[in-house]
Amino acid sequence: MPRDFKPKVVTANALLEGDVIYLTEDDSWTRELKQAEVITDEAVAQIRLLDASSRVAEAVGAYLADVIDTPDGPEPVHFREDFRRKGPSNHFHGKQAAGQ
Amino acid sequence: MYRYSDFDAAFVATRNRQFRAQVERRIDGSLTEDEFKPLRLMNGLYLQLHAYMLRVAVPYGTLSSAQMRQLAYIAERWDKGYGHFTTRQNIQYNWPTLGDVPDMLDALAEVQMHAIQTSGNTIRNVTADHFAGAAADEIADPRPVAELIRQWSTDHPEFQFMPRKFKIAITGSPNDRAVTRAHDIGLRMVEQDGARGFEVLVGGGLGRTPMIGKVITEFLPEADLLPYLEAIVSVWNLIGRRDNKYKARIKITVHEHGIDEIRRLVDARFAELRPAFGGVDQQMLAEFRAQFASPVLKSAPTDAYDTAYAKDPVFRSWADTNLTAHRDPDHAIVQISLKAHGATPGDASADQMRAMADLAEHYGHGELRVSHEQNIVLPHVHKSDLPQIHAILQQHTLATANIGLISDIIACPGMDYCALATARSIPIAQEIATRFDDLKLEHEIGDLKIKISGCINACGHHHVGHIGILGLDRAGVENYQITLGGDHTETAALGARTGPGFPAEEIVGAVETIVHTYLDIRESREETFIDTFRRTGMAPFKAALYPEKEAARNAA
Repeated sequence: MPRDFKPKVVTANALLEGDVIYLTEDDSWTRELKQAEVITDEAVAQIRLLDASSRVAEAVGAYLADVIDTPDGPEPVHFREDFRRKGPSNHFHGKQAAGQ
Repeated sequence: MYRYSDFDAAFVATRNRQFRAQVERRIDGSLTEDEFKPLRLMNGLYLQLHAYMLRVAVPYGTLSSAQMRQLAYIAERWDKGYGHFTTRQNIQYNWPTLGDVPDMLDALAEVQMHAIQTSGNTIRNVTADHFAGAAADEIADPRPVAELIRQWSTDHPEFQFMPRKFKIAITGSPNDRAVTRAHDIGLRMVEQDGARGFEVLVGGGLGRTPMIGKVITEFLPEADLLPYLEAIVSVWNLIGRRDNKYKARIKITVHEHGIDEIRRLVDARFAELRPAFGGVDQQMLAEFRAQFASPVLKSAPTDAYDTAYAKDPVFRSWADTNLTAHRDPDHAIVQISLKAHGATPGDASADQMRAMADLAEHYGHGELRVSHEQNIVLPHVHKSDLPQIHAILQQHTLATANIGLISDIIACPGMDYCALATARSIPIAQEIATRFDDLKLEHEIGDLKIKISGCINACGHHHVGHIGILGLDRAGVENYQITLGGDHTETAALGARTGPGFPAEEIVGAVETIVHTYLDIRESREETFIDTFRRTGMAPFKAALYPEKEAARNAA
């Protein structure tokens, strides 16, 4: 039996700003994990990652990150992804300060 | 201090123009990330967790007031109003955008600074004793030699694509404040029959395979330094392991071949290289010495200091912890703590940078140092000026009296910023400092160095901390291993692990247990933590940290 495929999002850093971005269903990039496309099929995930990786003028270092799919949108599995979607814990900078 | 020659200024300007064009070509799509990455790393630009990070070299930790002011300006103009001073005596900006970096580099060039070779597989910024030129115990100021090494290593054509990075540290004092035994090459100035030279250590390093450097030669005449360094790096460049990143550092090469074989190879290479160094290097060194001449120290009564010390307990406490003996008895070396309780170790706001620049200008011959312990040093201050300096530091939250104490913690940026980290470091440092400040115990505890790294690469020097803390990812949870008994000085030693690690919510309690154990078993107030550990070994600390295991062992 193949192992169950854990839901994924495609994430990277933006080329110009360097901040964390996620791939959406309509092929744009979002700064919000909640708006990311949740991928539940391994073959689709690999294709979406290839799509993202080919966009060299927009994104750097694209990879697949595990998420938990909730009614409110995807939530990170690993604490590293939790920090990436928020920002550092010692200064109120990064995504947590967006729109302030 | 060293001042750029026309050649230096033109070199940096050319490099900045090249990098500006490289950034433009990356942005317009002419360069891929694979092509661009080695170019940006050569110029100190990383891509971290939340943003780009620009690492700026502070050569051998020496800064002028004008340079510190420019660092403040850059922090405000292109970053978020602060900078982070590192264990490599550098400063890092955590939030630049790619398009702004060329302007930041031009702003650095205005004050004779750059970010060249602060990353990549090159010879990195040479680090030095942060008390160089001021310390009472010094044979000579090591910075002219450090500058010579910097000029030799910058853009050295043979050493731009090495198996891995390469770090050199130098001290002119027998008391080692530059951690020379944990560098690829450590240089310790020594004298033999009235002649000056170096004891050369090779193959030290921390990281995933920590090693204490081994003596390759006990006395290297000063004039032989550059050809000898070139011989060491050249030998390693050829036989160093390029097949495995984790075995590529010279510490592994020395370990695999043995110090005697490495010495033989280096001596053979040195014999080939020595004739090529015809003395120009020594002429340059003499010129650098003139530029690093001691400032003219003022002669004045020290009554103001004596009065403040007698009457003001807050000043006295600060003077007792944050001052070090200067070679001139009427002067002092001031350490400005960037470790206010609860603050991020090594961070300084633009306002604080300007305050320190002003203090250096008014009272300290315009000179500052960055210590590898992530504090700022005013190396030459007349004692009569200390009360005024202390008062100004208080206005800028820079007067914390904790140098060398438990809250003077080294911490790498950890997973709050670093893409390589496996756990956070900064919040652990903040919590330990806050806890012991609440307990009002730190002066009672005395000399105790805690060093925290957020991954095995050990930027936080945890192996050589009296208490070392290493943050790891254990099955998706932050977990912290403790080592005890490390030593970063001339008696360098690697700490030993206490046992299983602790989750984030228990690590501060574990440190408290270790400290209370020390306070219970020390023979007197004079017996420091490290001395107690050396006397008792790990057993009492282990018993206190893991009481269940101890109980099971006793029952068996």
